Amino acid sequence: MTEASLELCLVLLMLVPLAIAGLSLVNAGLGRSHSSAHAMLSSLCVVSIAAIFYLFGGSWLMGYADEPGYGLTIARHGWNWFGAENFLLHHLDAGHAQSALTGALELFAVAMAALIPLSAGADRWRLGASCLSTALLASLLYPLFGHWVWGGGWLAQMGIQHGMGRGFLDMSGAGTVQAVGGISALVVTWLLGPRRNKYLKSGLATAIPAHNIVIVLFGCALMLPGWMALNAAGAMVFYQAPMSLIPVIAVNTLLCAAGSLLAALGLTRWRFGKPDASLCANGWVGGLVASSAAAAWISPYSALLTGLVAGVLIVYTVEFLELKFFVDDPAGAVSVHAVAGLWGLLSAGLFMRDGVAGQMLAQVVGVSTLLGCVLPLTYLVNWCAQRVYRYRIDDDGERLGIDLHELGAGAYPEFVVHGDDFIPR
Amino acid sequence: MRVAGLLLMVSGWVIVLAAVALLPSATARGAFIMCGVGVEMLGLILCLRHSIREEGRRG
Repeated sequence: MTEASLELCLVLLMLVPLAIAGLSLVNAGLGRSHSSAHAMLSSLCVVSIAAIFYLFGGSWLMGYADEPGYGLTIARHGWNWFGAENFLLHHLDAGHAQSALTGALELFAVAMAALIPLSAGADRWRLGASCLSTALLASLLYPLFGHWVWGGGWLAQMGIQHGMGRGFLDMSGAGTVQAVGGISALVVTWLLGPRRNKYLKSGLATAIPAHNIVIVLFGCALMLPGWMALNAAGAMVFYQAPMSLIPVIAVNTLLCAAGSLLAALGLTRWRFGKPDASLCANGWVGGLVASSAAAAWISPYSALLTGLVAGVLIVYTVEFLELKFFVDDPAGAVSVHAVAGLWGLLSAGLFMRDGVAGQMLAQVVGVSTLLGCVLPLTYLVNWCAQRVYRYRIDDDGERLGIDLHELGAGAYPEFVVHGDDFIPR
Repeated sequence: MRVAGLLLMVSGWVIVLAAVALLPSATARGAFIMCGVGVEMLGLILCLRHSIREEGRRG
């Protein structure tokens, strides 16, 4: 990378926390008021835990793309499975600017991945348990898949080793960050079960609306510059994209989010008579997620189409998961991050400009790895963790509200406390 | 049922890996990769259906 590129990447890196802050606001706003302080504190805690555990525990597994790793040879092809770095994230010094930038971006990325499952466990996931799950995500799950994609691992090498396009491509974390986080969110909902009184005995779902949609929508707005920066930084750091591509990346990110939002808005207006603000917010975030796969390599029209499809997918999967499969996901994290992330990865294969033969198949292999390896591993790891430290708060705590139960104080002490509006009659 | 679904998903992934490693022909490789993905989808559906049964038991 040139000196100018490094300087630009540094500036972009400083903007990435805006995306993290926006996601925290969305998570807090989509939950209930008696869990909002816990939601925001959990966000700060998991970001801290993720950074520390990645630094000390995960960075060795991630490795760097131009450094050797642990692998084996199968059918005369090399398969690089694990990174082989030292335990501490070295190269964080002035002499290794590019490696330092890579390490720093990966730190922010793991912090974002750790935030995603928090919203799925809103109102019932204990703070300590979320920190434990984050530690495992940051030290094992994220760096394992991250090495395969960004650290010179077998997924990235499929182009060279097996003639499959340019190998699996994931520009700034649609799979490595978003889908991994979304998969973790799904596992968390399975392990925790639904919120109290979410599902009636008849099987109908109670609507538990967001307590502050203004915070949610503000978070969405805040995410846009952060996500543009994340996408641009990822393209430059992991794939050596030239600076001239930055405007294209920014435009594609915005178009993808816009397309997804408008699709969600139109669809909810058509189906329910009025647009649903929280589903529209989900659509916006889902569009940003989908753009993370290939904003640098697709045309603006393809970006818009990717966003439109993402918006439709999100609206329908939120409904299916909640109503048909009893997955209680307060913020739609599974649909927004996992489903939209996987769609983004597939759309990269479909719409890539100057595509190479076999690229779509490489993307499918990556998606298959997320579903067939990362999901079962995430479930196993969290299932074992739950045996050691209980994940869910008790019934009394849930009735009282997790803010009061875990923190001893609510987020809005001057508000009038109402009775529980969701007791079935 | 959930464990069975997860194991099915791992099996599907192993089919995909085997297709990538062992099949040189692009057509055959593509077909087997899609079969592996299909097996993973079956496993995912099984996992999701477990939630339906759990909710029925809870209700």
